[in-house]
Amino acid sequence: MSKKQHYAITVNGKEEEFLAEPRELLIYTLRERLNITGPHIGCETSHCGACTVTIDGKSVKACTMFVAQANGKDITTIEGIGGPDNLHPLQNAFKEHHGLQCGYCTPGMIIRATKLLEEIPNPTEEEIRFGMSGNICRCTGYQNIVKSIQAAAAEMNAAKEAAE
Amino acid sequence: MIPAAFEYYRPKDMAGVLSILEEHGDDARVMAGGHSLIPMMKLRLANVPHLIDLQDVDGMSGIDVSTDSIRVGALVTQADIIDNERLTEAAPILKEAALQIADPQIRYMGTVGGNVANGDPGNDMPGLMQCLDAVFTVVGAGGERNISARDFYEAAYMTAREDEEVLTSVTIPLPKGGYAYEKQKRKIGDYATAAAAVQIIKDDGVCGSASIAMTNLSDTPIFSEAAGAALVGTTVDAAALDAAVTAMLGDIDPTEDNRGPVAFKNHVAGVILRRAVERAWSRA
Ligand SMILES: Cc1cc2nc3c(=O)[nH]c(=O)nc-3n(C[C@H](O)[C@H](O)[C@H](O)COP(=O)(O)OP(=O)(O)OC[C@H]3O[C@@H](n4cnc5c(N)ncnc54)[C@H](O)[C@@H]3O)c2cc1C
Ligand code: FES
Ligand code: FES
Repeated sequence: MSKKQHYAITVNGKEEEFLAEPRELLIYTLRERLNITGPHIGCETSHCGACTVTIDGKSVKACTMFVAQANGKDITTIEGIGGPDNLHPLQNAFKEHHGLQCGYCTPGMIIRATKLLEEIPNPTEEEIRFGMSGNICRCTGYQNIVKSIQAAAAEMNAAKEAAE
Repeated sequence: MIPAAFEYYRPKDMAGVLSILEEHGDDARVMAGGHSLIPMMKLRLANVPHLIDLQDVDGMSGIDVSTDSIRVGALVTQADIIDNERLTEAAPILKEAALQIADPQIRYMGTVGGNVANGDPGNDMPGLMQCLDAVFTVVGAGGERNISARDFYEAAYMTAREDEEVLTSVTIPLPKGGYAYEKQKRKIGDYATAAAAVQIIKDDGVCGSASIAMTNLSDTPIFSEAAGAALVGTTVDAAALDAAVTAMLGDIDPTEDNRGPVAFKNHVAGVILRRAVERAWSRA
């Protein structure tokens, strides 16, 4: 029982096909099978949010999903939103406003924040703190994370207005 | 933290689910969002040789608000509840409670069906559904049956649902009057130290009826009929609040754990119930 199964998932726009046991946790599929190491493993118990990715438009903790559940789905990780030469406004804002220290929580924070800003483009501080409450940071004290998200929101809204 | 191996199924309809449940009996279990079951499987507290993922099963994701009741499909998530304006207008207590469950990521995945079927005394929706006098619809090989939320919970993880039955929907009579869901927790994402669900009706300044249920203060949710009765006919003044708290304390049976000793839990339960009743009354 539990032989390897054939799975197909889209990660950052690229279709990936592979054989895996259904019980494999998605975070291991991403990190060890597909070498997508942005999403981190902090607690592995659904508490810290370091493993957060976007799956079909929802922020999900990838340590709490079996690869079998993710079959056929569209996944975005931190790697999919921007890179060193084309930083996403959130990535840039975290850099500019010291939204990180050790950086361990950052990929989960930023990918969660992309979804938060999609749902609430102009969030208050309270909305940011509540919307980011599934992500834990041991370093920053959160103040600069809030500032970074506010700065990114302002930049993204200005860009949207300029485009209109 | 890898769970024991299992066979995985993702049937498209209820007939498919029921036939796997029938074939494998105790060795099979359904999974909705997985955010209670997967942690238990990772800890190997749950062993599920045949895991049936409900995500593709049709007809369990709807929210229907009619003139006298609300029907919520078992696969409706906590995030769906928060986002549904029609539902919030009809029964605002659902959103108030859902916002106090877990954290944003978990609310995208956690379902109403999973939350009420799980049987964990820490879950918030069982007490909420008892307060609202909801009815759970379950289906099995022998067909459908309805079970009142107030009769559903027998002990921790023991419910009136048979192992080979699946919960398909929750039906709630349209709530009336003021409402509050009040929860004390150690941090966001934590289960309740104590929580209270209250619906209350005010007629000419006097309490006409009150429904009160408490969470994580016994091995099941506690619908405290006596606490509600203590408020009826009063103006919900200090004496009535004291009487309701005393009645509620007589119905709960907390145990000591990492959220505190029994005396502390009784104290918090009283504080939470007072706040919930006061807020519900102010909205009635
Ligand atoms: C970090 C963390 C914090 C949390 N905090 C809270 C909290 O504060 N309050 C709270 O209430 N919950 C909390 N939860 C639990 C969360 O809300 C769960 O998602 C929810 O309890 C179960 O829903 P699910 O869809 O994930 O169920 P699953 O995990 O899929 O299933 C749970 C159980 O119910 C059974 N089941 C599921 N669906 C059905 C069905 N349709 N018919 C019959 N049986 C079914 C399964 O077999 C399983 O035994 C937390 C979870 C985590 C990981
Ligand atoms: S590693 Fe997934 S929540 Fe911590
Ligand atoms: S920057 Fe170190 S954990 Fe957040």
